[in-house]
Amino acid sequence: MEFLIELLISAMIVVGGVFALVGSFGLSKLPDLMARLHAPTKATTLGIGGMLIASILYFAFIERTLSVHELLITIFLFLVAPVTAYLVAKTHLHKNRDRQDTAQFQLPPPAGTHKAGWATFNKSEKQSRTEIR
Amino acid sequence: MIRKVFPHPIMTAVLTLVWMMLMNAFTPATFVLGLILGIILPILTSCFWPDRPTIRNPLKVAEYIIVVLYDIVVANVQVAYLILFRRNRDLRSRFFTVPLEIRTPEAIAILAGTITMTPGTVSSDISTDGKSLLVHGLNVTDEQETVTGIKSRYEKRLKDIFE
Repeated sequence: MEFLIELLISAMIVVGGVFALVGSFGLSKLPDLMARLHAPTKATTLGIGGMLIASILYFAFIERTLSVHELLITIFLFLVAPVTAYLVAKTHLHKNRDRQDTAQFQLPPPAGTHKAGWATFNKSEKQSRTEIR
Repeated sequence: MIRKVFPHPIMTAVLTLVWMMLMNAFTPATFVLGLILGIILPILTSCFWPDRPTIRNPLKVAEYIIVVLYDIVVANVQVAYLILFRRNRDLRSRFFTVPLEIRTPEAIAILAGTITMTPGTVSSDISTDGKSLLVHGLNVTDEQETVTGIKSRYEKRLKDIFE
């Protein structure tokens, strides 16, 4: 039984390590910033997730204590990863605002018929309404 | 009166639970201290949260979390595959627009976060009227299919939860 648990823990650590490695490799391999954003927001999540599961299993079955810090780390990671990606993407859009030369920098228009821009570049409608007041 | 002490009951519960988890001890002492923090913090920050979002169906929240967790695992494998075995020039990465039906700010925020965490997509911006999201896809072969996938898988569930 002990052996099985240890095997499971080692497997989770290895899987986590592999995914973290792939995520970091993707950072250097992918062609442009927006594509690079995909690697750390996804591949690394499972990487850290695997190691955290291994940690929970270790404390539960080998040390015989319950540790919930890992769950918190997972929750906080899921909360902050999209926000970080969003901020990086926003900065990237601003830096390349005037470069419409390649398809990579051309943004599609928002859905709908009436005129609306992207919130990064244009003021939101609510904001301008309060300004009029 | 109750509204003044508990401007956000869910936040109070979450803060108490998080405090107990941070202390790693589920004892009455941590519960009381967590509850004190859970009451004080929402009152102090209530000016940042003027509206209270309504959650219509708590069971659906659990379902949504399970669906998203499963998709995150799938997303990881897919992105890892794309990173390792696809040459850069074969990647069709580009921006596309996802029209939104949900209007609740909290629901849109959760949807944007979900899109970032799940298969090959990162949400990058919202339109000024709040009716569409700008999404970047790592490898998008059929734009329409990706958009319908997002709408039917996540947006529909969020709509059931919040609206």
